[in-house]
Amino acid sequence: MNVHEYQAKDLMRKFGIKVLKGEVAKTVDEAVKGAEKLGGKIWVVKAQIHAGGRGKAGGVKLAKSLEEVKKYASEILHSTLVTHQTGPEGKKVNTLLIEEGCNIAKEFYLGIVLDRNNSKVTFMASKEGGVEIEEVVHKNPEAIVKVSVDPSTGYQPYIGRELSNALGLDAAQAKEADAFYRGLYKLYTESDCSIAEINPLVLTADNQMIALDAKLNFDENALFRHPDIAAYRDLTEESAKEVEASKYGLSYIELDGNIGCLVNGAGLAMATLDIVKLNGGNAANFLDVGGGATKEAVEQAFRIILSDLNVKAILVNIFGGIMKCDIIAEGVVAAARAVSLSVPLVVRLEGTNVELGKKILKESGLAITSATDLGDAAVKVVAAAKGAK
Amino acid sequence: MAIMIDNNTRLFTIGITGKQGTFHTKLSQEYGTKVVGGVTPGKGGTVHEGWPVFNTVKEAIKTTEANAAMVFVPPPFAADAILECIDAKMPIIICITEGIPILDMVKVKGALARSPEVRLVGPNCPGVITPGQCKIGIMPGQIHLPGRIGIISRSGTLTYEAVGQLTARGIGQSTCVGIGGDPVNGTNFIDVLEMFNNDPDTDGVIMIGEIGGTAETDAARWIKKNMKKPVVGFIAGAAAPKGKRMGHAGALISGEDDTAEAKFKVLEECGITVARSPADLGLKLEEAMKAKNITLRNK
Repeated sequence: MNVHEYQAKDLMRKFGIKVLKGEVAKTVDEAVKGAEKLGGKIWVVKAQIHAGGRGKAGGVKLAKSLEEVKKYASEILHSTLVTHQTGPEGKKVNTLLIEEGCNIAKEFYLGIVLDRNNSKVTFMASKEGGVEIEEVVHKNPEAIVKVSVDPSTGYQPYIGRELSNALGLDAAQAKEADAFYRGLYKLYTESDCSIAEINPLVLTADNQMIALDAKLNFDENALFRHPDIAAYRDLTEESAKEVEASKYGLSYIELDGNIGCLVNGAGLAMATLDIVKLNGGNAANFLDVGGGATKEAVEQAFRIILSDLNVKAILVNIFGGIMKCDIIAEGVVAAARAVSLSVPLVVRLEGTNVELGKKILKESGLAITSATDLGDAAVKVVAAAKGAK
Repeated sequence: MAIMIDNNTRLFTIGITGKQGTFHTKLSQEYGTKVVGGVTPGKGGTVHEGWPVFNTVKEAIKTTEANAAMVFVPPPFAADAILECIDAKMPIIICITEGIPILDMVKVKGALARSPEVRLVGPNCPGVITPGQCKIGIMPGQIHLPGRIGIISRSGTLTYEAVGQLTARGIGQSTCVGIGGDPVNGTNFIDVLEMFNNDPDTDGVIMIGEIGGTAETDAARWIKKNMKKPVVGFIAGAAAPKGKRMGHAGALISGEDDTAEAKFKVLEECGITVARSPADLGLKLEEAMKAKNITLRNK
């Protein structure tokens, strides 16, 4: 789960990590009042969206007067920002963060992720702060130092020394940085983060380490023990259909093709998109109904697939293990009737109670094309989608 | 002989009195697995569906001589149950539970590193089956056929797909191992490949991977160096968009190296017979065996 920068910084304050003072604004008026409250002579007006690359897209502006705060706030608020992470449709700005300015001496990159290669929580640090870290990884991987933490010992001072050495900090700066690393590690592990990224981490002219930006991502499977973090969820930042699907235990991702897919199991669902593509078609979605889907969930899956107007044909691909084919067949028939299905439907059933399932489909009287196996199913649904155009 | 589990396996289930635990333990028993009991804290001393129930894993092992555990505990408590099994030196732990917090698994992984005598398979996996002998997990037993081809996969239903294609061609399986779709898991491709390589009852292997991570490419390089038997490989997610988590927690393209195309390329470079289509797993296995002049047989 993603959160906004201002939410991430609220959490960081609780863990004693230094961030700048800021005020959240939902209107231009609030933005100006926030700036007045902060005082000082310069402010930064920052768009709050769940995507990086805001600066380049014009979503972060330095204001040198309250008039400028007002000007930038009116420009950014309710605008749509298109960054390399938003996709071409962009993201609408509903909230602003107004921050005090600071005197930057140096900028760094600091991140914590889970390294899949060693299954350990791992720090990543680089002198090249403030630029896209993906670019650094690509062009100059040696510029990034990685230090993994043993889960049985947790953060130790030597980890901080390795990081600070790589960042070229002097003794006094390293001491300040050690507290920063320790706080971030504590936040990461105690809040069940999946990504904690500070880019840039800045060293100020008076030798303070401050998180100028903050990106935190949380493990959804652990939200049950963090109701405070779960409350940060901003549904306006997520796809409405994906949120709706998740209510029924369905894992749904919208894609740009025209063949709706309803599959059980994530691996088979991915493989179904692959084989559709190999046969010259394009899937409209990824949809995993899971291992224990009910008739109602299958019906809901159909509704979600059909709410995408691009869908010209549907492929149901089920390899029943726990999920019995007759249950799926009943769900498919009920759903096809309930939504008065208007596009061709290809069904491939295999596994537990397959004969019973096929019988239910056949006796329903619905125009369902049966497929004998995965390959046959793909050929038939691609042909159906082309014929429907 | 097969790998990991066979006729001599004595299974007990952690979370045996739950709905899922009961249902799948029954199906495993009906398949022929020797079920010796289970653990549900607070219900020790009772009998559930004919199986003795214990409060702790150590107590269960002592009384039943169980040598494999199936974990069906809900996600918030599953890592604790696995840690208890590791502490009790249970040789084989198979965790079916999906949705365990990843930092819980980091702790489990640390404990596993200190207990080389223990093997964890999963979590978030269909389990392990040695057809005709022993089934521990949620896979449909009836699609399997005893034989000499091993299967390793990160996905449940895609494993069934591979099994279904083999069985339809009359090709049996030695052992099928679902290693699970989570980014931190107990057993990886290389662990299982090594077991299949050393198993006199396995002649060839199908390996099914996904986008995300480097487990498949690491395995491919290991195969090139060490594997004596033909391997067929498939990677799911060639049509998946970047940056989207495709159902499995670990199935996420985060760079240029963990796309399906990049992995297929490394697999091919390492001499693995690649199935570009998930419908060709059985066919490619036949081709790979033929190319190495190995006769397909089930006994």
